[in-house]
Amino acid sequence: MSTLTLTPTAVSTDVASDPLLDFRNVAMQFPNGTVALSGVDLTVKRGEFVTVVGPSGCGKSTLLRIASGLENASEGTATLATKRIGYVFQDATLLPWRTVQSNVELLAELNGQPKKARAAKARAAIDLVGLSGFEQNLPKELSGGMKMRTSLARSFTLDPELFLFDEPFGALDEITRERLGDELLRIFVEQQFAALFITHSVAEAVYLSTRVVVMSGRPGRIVDTFEVPFEHPRDPDLRFTPEFAKLCGQVSHALREGHS
Amino acid sequence: MTRTLEATTPKTVNPSRTVATSTSARLRNWGPPLVVFAAIIVVWYAAALYLESLGRTTVLPTPHRIVIDSFLPTDGGRPITTDLLRALWLSTEVALIGLAISIVIGIGWAVLMSQARWIERSLFPYAVFLQCVPILALVPLIGTTLGYSFESRILVCVLISLFPMVSNTLFGLQAVERSQRELFKLQGASRFTVLTKLQFPNAMPAIFAGMRISAGLAVVGAIVGDFFFRRGQPGLGILINNYASRVQTPELFAAIITAAILGVAIFLIFGLIGRLAVGRWYEPAS
Ligand SMILES: Nc1ncnc2c1ncn2[C@@H]1O[C@H](COP(=O)(O)OP(=O)(O)OP(=O)(O)O)[C@@H](O)[C@H]1O
Ligand SMILES: [Mg+2]
Repeated sequence: MSTLTLTPTAVSTDVASDPLLDFRNVAMQFPNGTVALSGVDLTVKRGEFVTVVGPSGCGKSTLLRIASGLENASEGTATLATKRIGYVFQDATLLPWRTVQSNVELLAELNGQPKKARAAKARAAIDLVGLSGFEQNLPKELSGGMKMRTSLARSFTLDPELFLFDEPFGALDEITRERLGDELLRIFVEQQFAALFITHSVAEAVYLSTRVVVMSGRPGRIVDTFEVPFEHPRDPDLRFTPEFAKLCGQVSHALREGHS
Repeated sequence: MTRTLEATTPKTVNPSRTVATSTSARLRNWGPPLVVFAAIIVVWYAAALYLESLGRTTVLPTPHRIVIDSFLPTDGGRPITTDLLRALWLSTEVALIGLAISIVIGIGWAVLMSQARWIERSLFPYAVFLQCVPILALVPLIGTTLGYSFESRILVCVLISLFPMVSNTLFGLQAVERSQRELFKLQGASRFTVLTKLQFPNAMPAIFAGMRISAGLAVVGAIVGDFFFRRGQPGLGILINNYASRVQTPELFAAIITAAILGVAIFLIFGLIGRLAVGRWYEPAS
């Protein structure tokens, strides 16, 4: 058991890198009149793990869809400074006719990488998420958590600089969810990518991220932002410290205020 | 430091396969229909014997009479098994050719429609139209343009069996989850890539389900086509027609049973082909 380190990270001095994702006054109104987002300012830099919490239907998925370019903002600008993004959907989105190996290879295949290179890449990614030995299994032979790992592995194959996670662990039980969170943080510490992570769970948000963004009910606005002072790598027992509980309380409070 | 959280040894048994081959599962699948079959035979005997006691022997022969009189060659009676086999072969040929044409046209038609809403809106009504036109109404037209022989029989097969291929394929191509489509879109995948790597594999279970229905209909088409287009070698439909008009009841039953067996066999074979093709990965929603 390692001891807990609760040294605040010096966020303010870390201005060396330009943001990989930059939202300026972004608003989204759908053709049917629904306003999903309004006045959103948000930046994500390399080494930042930003989580967004907000009530259901406030526009969190829309935020990610705009960030990835799947949707265009109706107002404001959303700038993406990299083409290497990894999008992880709420469901694992595996192709049921492909094995784990072949599913993980998919993105590289679509990008026209040669067979050998993408197979090696996929094996490394499968290893990274702890699925070695299951390369030849089909999705129907996997548990929900293993499917999600496969999906994670797939998103790693293109070496993304920016990850967009849309409630990737939302459908999992709490134990699996926490384990996968730990795995993800381990990889984050290793690779120092940038992440924008959507979740419903306040504890998950605080545990994973360097910054928590709280959104209001629809139309989603950013009502509060919390820098998370705990250093990475984080100890799973961090969840049971008073400091952690206090921050969770503050986030929950902001969430309730924004909702009313 | 690296912790892997689930067991890391590969699975060696495929659970679905072991369950499928267990005897209890086989008994569950085959038991009930066999009981029903036995019940039908018993009722049949009862009815035939009753009618015989009234002196009406031509209406309903007993099952063993059908087998003896028509399927087995006897000293006095003329064996018709050769006629039946030849007709069976011919009808099978007509049905399979018609089915093959339906599969090709049906899939092509559906792929075309899946490419754009406006194409679907322009072409789908015609698939429905084909399905709705009574074949009987088309008979004179077909006869005068294609003649009264094989080609026309095959066309009847195609007309009858086309619709399930079109509608099932289209459904399968369109039933791709939004997130899967977006996964491809995020990589800038072309329309063709999406079709071949996502939509088509996704449609396979629906295509095979459609194929099984179409195969059954193609057999119906082959027999029905015989009734109208009688030139050339006789298929099962012509035999049925001839035996009926000559009141050769046991032979009639033999021909009907042969036709039924053909229909069932084709249905089962295409079910098997479907399972071999997609059963490995496909889990029907239960
Ligand atoms: N294509 C669309 N057309 C019209 N309205 C839409 C569209 N997509 C989303 N919306 C609406 O925008 C709002 C925000 O949707 P979004 O999916 O971003 O919510 P969310 O915050 O991700 O919710 P959840 O937490 O439940 O996933 C919802 O009210 C939804 O009905
Ligand atoms: Mg959402």
